[in-house]
Amino acid sequence: MSDILLDIKGLKVEGKSADTWQQIINGVDLTLNRGEVIGLIGESGAGKSTLGLAAMGYAHDGCRISGGSVNFDGIDLLNLSSAQSRGLRGKRIAYVAQSAAASFNPAHRIIDQYTEGPVVHKVKGRTEAKKEAEVLFEKLQLPNPHTIGFRYPHQVSGGQLQRAMTVMAMSCKPDLIIFDEPTTALDVTTQIEVLSAIRNIVDEFNTAAIYITHDLAVVAQMADRIKILLKGDQVEEAPTAEMLDAPQEEYTKSLWAVRSLKSPIKPAPAKGDVPLIQVQGVTAAYGKVPVLHDVSFDIHKGRTVAVVGESGSGKSTAARVIAGLLPPSEGQVLIGGEAFPTHFKQRSKAQLQQVQMIYQMADTALNPKQKISEIIGRPAEYYLDLKGKAARERVRDLLFQIELEPDQFIDRYPSELSGGQKQRIGIARALAAEPSFIICDEVTSALDQLVAEGILRLLQKLQGDLDLTYMFITHDLATVRAIADDVIVMKDGALVEMGSREDIFAPPHPDYTELLLSSVPQMDPNWLTTVLNGRAQER
Amino acid sequence: MWNDLKKAPLTAWFGIVTIAFYIVLIIFADVLAPFDETSIVGRKFEPWGAEFLLGTDNLGRDMLSRLIYGARNTVSIALVTTMITFALGVFMGLMAATLGGWLDQLISRLVDVLMSIPMLIFALLLLTIFGTNVVSLVLVIAILDSTRVFRLARAVAMDVIVMDFFEAAQLRGEGLLWQIRREILPNVMPPLIAEFGLRFCFVFLVISALSFLGLGIQPPTADWGSMVRDNATLITFGEVTPLLPAAAIAWLTIAVNFVVDWKLHQASGLKS
Repeated sequence: MSDILLDIKGLKVEGKSADTWQQIINGVDLTLNRGEVIGLIGESGAGKSTLGLAAMGYAHDGCRISGGSVNFDGIDLLNLSSAQSRGLRGKRIAYVAQSAAASFNPAHRIIDQYTEGPVVHKVKGRTEAKKEAEVLFEKLQLPNPHTIGFRYPHQVSGGQLQRAMTVMAMSCKPDLIIFDEPTTALDVTTQIEVLSAIRNIVDEFNTAAIYITHDLAVVAQMADRIKILLKGDQVEEAPTAEMLDAPQEEYTKSLWAVRSLKSPIKPAPAKGDVPLIQVQGVTAAYGKVPVLHDVSFDIHKGRTVAVVGESGSGKSTAARVIAGLLPPSEGQVLIGGEAFPTHFKQRSKAQLQQVQMIYQMADTALNPKQKISEIIGRPAEYYLDLKGKAARERVRDLLFQIELEPDQFIDRYPSELSGGQKQRIGIARALAAEPSFIICDEVTSALDQLVAEGILRLLQKLQGDLDLTYMFITHDLATVRAIADDVIVMKDGALVEMGSREDIFAPPHPDYTELLLSSVPQMDPNWLTTVLNGRAQER
Repeated sequence: MWNDLKKAPLTAWFGIVTIAFYIVLIIFADVLAPFDETSIVGRKFEPWGAEFLLGTDNLGRDMLSRLIYGARNTVSIALVTTMITFALGVFMGLMAATLGGWLDQLISRLVDVLMSIPMLIFALLLLTIFGTNVVSLVLVIAILDSTRVFRLARAVAMDVIVMDFFEAAQLRGEGLLWQIRREILPNVMPPLIAEFGLRFCFVFLVISALSFLGLGIQPPTADWGSMVRDNATLITFGEVTPLLPAAAIAWLTIAVNFVVDWKLHQASGLKS
């Protein structure tokens, strides 16, 4: 197994920004043997996707490969005509993108998109390819393998679509597949299915793969070797087990350490305390589609309550009911023991001030045409009547609290900030209202691990300083472990389990919680095998 | 501002210079024009010469003077009309998008009805009813044209109001005007600026067309549209004179669009 399939040497890629070329990758080497899987890890901007594309001899619009060589099975990919590289791509090198939903053509059936590759490359005829697709669909445990191909992309779920895309990549039996964060957009329970599907198929056809992700635990399951990238440079590379047990570089160690963040345990709230938020028997629907069924829970002052569940479990909807964005059809929400009007438009200024939100996507949560001073200053001006100099002083205080240098940031626009900084501004905007209760809707899920950790630490510090109460909506159980005092598990719009963090994470669990917890990837490279074997035995 | 100008492309400079030239004409028309706007100073259809630089028109009025006065009338009326069009269309569009519900339905369906009737014919009809004075001309065109602006403004605002920052502003309890002015408007400016340039030209052409048909700016007031009509017979003799007002319209239209394109690139951060 020592014959080399892919050999990248001293690869340099440049991207154009503001009319100058800037290096994205500064000379990275990568060697891949036949049938081997290499994992690429790094934060956003590390150049891992760019490197993945370069392995096909391709660069995004506005980027160019400026140096080095890419040698695929004796072919120099950088000196091919576009017709020649078209002949290779899809046939011998395939690519699986992060968002299958965005990558499939919504106007064509899945099977037609599957057969396109083999037919164009003249590997097989259409009928033969269709037959083979069914076999592969079955192998990847897609439901109804004989008919699922005849559906349109929007008629199957996200996890199924991601598997269908993997099947599509296999259609010409390529020598190399590049997986670019194939499970990042999926729920943990779906992720585990896609992961096992990918691993099986890569094993079976002895395909080499480049697996790009920012999730260490995922890559530990998939890769034979791991390569870590930082800002376009290689940090280190080692076989998986070695890399997990004994990372050499400081940066790698810091990545590993993120997973160990854990907040101290708080004493249980005193009995007889009136909870800050009381959700009582709430049923809610979007139009005629019911989303929440008779949900009740309490949130006590000064605590962080994590609400976990898959997408569609109703966790965000519960938050929207509390905020008054979605009036419930039955039940009520008491805030500070007082029943607020169910629709936010009927709430008074003082009532609105009580509940603030921090959003998942900081990009859309901050008005791109307003300066930081206005974004943060407006709530202070609106609720607390701070004008002119006083308002600016308040903004400076808040910037200081969220650990951003006031002089540097106060007159910037959101586009001049990084993702983590934007999220901090989102936090500051919520704080500026001086609320008693803050809803954090997936605030860290769009961020890199190190940045996310910084945000979590900040939220914890602010809670200590300002006696805040958080409702923390997330699908990431590592985040729950890091920050939550109490946990609520939801599924299909109903409560599965609630209790303190220790209670929830300690067995015995209800079935669903068990499934959820066991689906969270662990750093142990054998985790996936163990879990799957365990589940197979139960069946 | 000056720094921006220095970096402006050649086309933008061409546009700016042209517009400045027109503005000078408009302001100093009385000084610059060799003859009076309406007085008959020579025989009809005199050729270009020393006395009448661009000849005379079908009644013997000086062509150059009428072109200069025509700039004042046509351009200022078109500008005022476009501004009213936008004030009306953008405000209604943003309000419909923000408030939604039955109000949105009401305005949108009303707009659909107005748009279902061909604009020029509708304008002719309304002008026949309300009389052909400048005020009704401006208002009729502004209202009819604002339907197009309404639909654009509503559509682009719809993209903004689904953003989280807009929800945050609503949750804060901001009033309607603040939401429109501070949250939506700055984010929808680029397409609106582009539309302004286009609309200005269209309004310009509609006024000229109406004048050509006799329902626009009324004689003896000089207006480029009616000037083309008045002198149309000359074309059969191979003369370019009747095309001069048309060229004046075209030149300004192109200039305005160059400037708008440049501003659009700046506002939206587009790379050319």
